[in-house]
Amino acid sequence: MNKLIKFITESQIWRSVFRHGVPDTERNQSLVVFSNVLLHLHPVKVKSHGLKMNYTWCLGGISFFLFIILTITGVLLMFYYVPETHRAYADMKDLEFVVSYGVLLRNLHRWGAHAMVIAVMFHMARVFYTGSYKAPREFNWVVGVLLLVLTLLLSFTGYLLPWDQLAIWAITVGTNMARATPLLGYEGPFANLLGMRIDNDARFALLGGTVVGQSALLRFYVLHCVFIPLVAALLMAIHFWRIRKDGGISGPL
Amino acid sequence: MSAQETKKITRRNFLALSGWFFFFASFFGFLASNLRFMMPNILYEPVAYFRAGKPTDFAMGVDERWMKEQRVWIVRTEKGVYALYGECRHLGCTPGWFPDQQLFKCPCHGSNYTIEGDVVAGPAPRPLYRVSVSITPDGQILVNKNIKNDVAPKESSSGNREGEQFLLKNV
Repeated sequence: MNKLIKFITESQIWRSVFRHGVPDTERNQSLVVFSNVLLHLHPVKVKSHGLKMNYTWCLGGISFFLFIILTITGVLLMFYYVPETHRAYADMKDLEFVVSYGVLLRNLHRWGAHAMVIAVMFHMARVFYTGSYKAPREFNWVVGVLLLVLTLLLSFTGYLLPWDQLAIWAITVGTNMARATPLLGYEGPFANLLGMRIDNDARFALLGGTVVGQSALLRFYVLHCVFIPLVAALLMAIHFWRIRKDGGISGPL
Repeated sequence: MSAQETKKITRRNFLALSGWFFFFASFFGFLASNLRFMMPNILYEPVAYFRAGKPTDFAMGVDERWMKEQRVWIVRTEKGVYALYGECRHLGCTPGWFPDQQLFKCPCHGSNYTIEGDVVAGPAPRPLYRVSVSITPDGQILVNKNIKNDVAPKESSSGNREGEQFLLKNV
């Protein structure tokens, strides 16, 4: 057995992937973190107060964990869902009643989405109440605010996809608010300055038309499944990296 | 540094400057084209006008036969026949007609409208749209939802909205 382990760990394939020895020395423990693309966002060492749950409540970690769950379940749901007005609602119902474990994945995605909005908001509140937005963490606060907006946009775009009455009217109401955007909405203040009409304003760009129809469904689907998650992943990488650069996990002074 | 030196453009400077110029021009040009790309030129949306039938088909009161398909109520009152567009003026939900109360009531945020379309309750800032009605050569009502009359709340009682385009008299 030891011979087999030795044969594997000393093979060229193993050594080309894992470029450090067993992490039983401080040097090798550091190398584990340095040489791993997923771990290198983490600090090599954490402060002892970082292990205390009741300061940060791990709310950022919970938000990220939920994002991962939502990504996995979302990709799986995409195999059965077609963003087409005649099919979308039926596909959603198929996931609930026909597809094996579809109801599990859909509900994981749905409840995970609700939980992520709550976790991100609590995270923001915690950062605010512990004063963790103060220098040198101001930039990371800004990144965090953008991530909160992206979380809400993910929630909003996902809201339309079941294509039921709740979805259609919620998005009707939500996008009609965009009509009143200053400058960019055709019913908003200063709409005349940029020559806004019903067919060239902010709402039109959101919906890809003048009504919540096929183009709106497709647009929200692409934003929900591709565009916003990509931007959010990029900002999350910056967010985690900045935590380390700004002095590690927040803790009592 | 003399004035002559600052004005001097070397070959290296010129190439660098034009390089940056073309970099930014193509970058922002592409960005602008992407933004324009997101605004469709052709919409595959339902046609906004339809023939509703002969005026004599519609009795006194609110007729809901076109509501589901066209989102329009054909209403006959003593003044004549007009078409109300079934879109709440608050945030665009569809109100329902309650004959017992003679009110249009919106389920989303509770705006109420009279049979004339005037707001009597809720957050809606303006009356329901009336849309253009005319008579086709074969005697049918042509409803055109592209032409809406948007009257301020105070103007609605002054007879302003009963313009020819939005009311069929003596039919």
